[in-house]
Amino acid sequence: MDNKEKQKERILRVSGVNVLKCMKCGKCSGTCPSYDEMDYHPHQFVYMVEKGEIEPLLKSKSIYKCLSCFACVERCPRGVEPAKIVEAIRLEVIRKQGENHLKPNQIPQLLDEDLPQQAIVSAFRKYSK
Amino acid sequence: MIFSYYPGCTLKTKAKELNFYAYQSAKALGIELQELPEWQCCGGTYPMAKDETATKLSSVRALTLARDLGNDLVTLCSACHNVLKQVNNDMQNDEKIASKANIYLQLKTPYHGETKVLHYLEVLRDCIGFEEIAKKVVNPLKGKKIAAYYGCLLLRPSKVMQMDNPENPRIIEDFIKAIGAEPVIYPFRNECCGGYLTMEDKALTQKKSNTVMGSAQEFGAEMITTACPLCLYNLRKNATEHDLPVIYFTELLAEALGVKED
Repeated sequence: MDNKEKQKERILRVSGVNVLKCMKCGKCSGTCPSYDEMDYHPHQFVYMVEKGEIEPLLKSKSIYKCLSCFACVERCPRGVEPAKIVEAIRLEVIRKQGENHLKPNQIPQLLDEDLPQQAIVSAFRKYSK
Repeated sequence: MIFSYYPGCTLKTKAKELNFYAYQSAKALGIELQELPEWQCCGGTYPMAKDETATKLSSVRALTLARDLGNDLVTLCSACHNVLKQVNNDMQNDEKIASKANIYLQLKTPYHGETKVLHYLEVLRDCIGFEEIAKKVVNPLKGKKIAAYYGCLLLRPSKVMQMDNPENPRIIEDFIKAIGAEPVIYPFRNECCGGYLTMEDKALTQKKSNTVMGSAQEFGAEMITTACPLCLYNLRKNATEHDLPVIYFTELLAEALGVKED
């Protein structure tokens, strides 16, 4: 297996998603609250991983726009759970040395007196390793 | 009725009133919430990846502790509830995750999801009953039009959360009726407020929060109630075009039960 195939295999394993179940109805993208801010939409993540076209997804800003709201997971008529593919792609990036998307020294300027800790821990879990 | 209780990081800090009024109301309803003697932050979002183990352990520790105490575990923050319940589901149904977590924690008795996790709202509905609560209301919030805001984490994924119908929930509306007020149904009550993206993309969160609050207002709400500290923050701070008050449901409960002290 070459590196690209290994990477696809890893993304499928880490996500636990069976991309072949997708029937391309687009409901995941239709229900995604971050749709307008994404360059690639959830249904494209599923399809592109199936085709092994992973490089553009690694560079996509969509991986930092997913809200983990589980709307696509809930509403997919085939139980594909696209958010888990987006998560696996994001991990593929931030698990690499030096690729953290949010760093502790950025936090002070993002704080206001009411910001709940929940926001900070959630953002760290999503954006940093 | 005695329950173990997992407050979570935010209820000890920025969402103290969510916690405080929950205790006051529980006392008035004959419920004892016993905070777990040791707990750690759940991390705020459920780690979805199959190979994430360490990020699930704080939840497993809390769940195991409740089991060892022989209690059901009550949560209040929507995020904590979502994370604990989804991790518990993994411990029940994903043998790979469960076995890694058990090896790591070296528990005397391995944990396989025995603890029952209940949201405070489920305690009100299933253990006390909204009819019973209505009888104890001394200060009904009569005529008040209140919009329930579920957000995403209380209901989804529904096959794991099993709290309510994910597309047409009623638990908070029934709660609103029990305290004498009038629930307002509006289409964005179970759509995302923009969550933690307030740190990454404020404009996105403002758009989402404005949509939610604008919709509630359009359908006649005078107030929004929620169980989630981040939803409350976003609706208060990021719904920049609207100014409906946003109040934790436990504060409304304490007020209705006549036990609200500042």
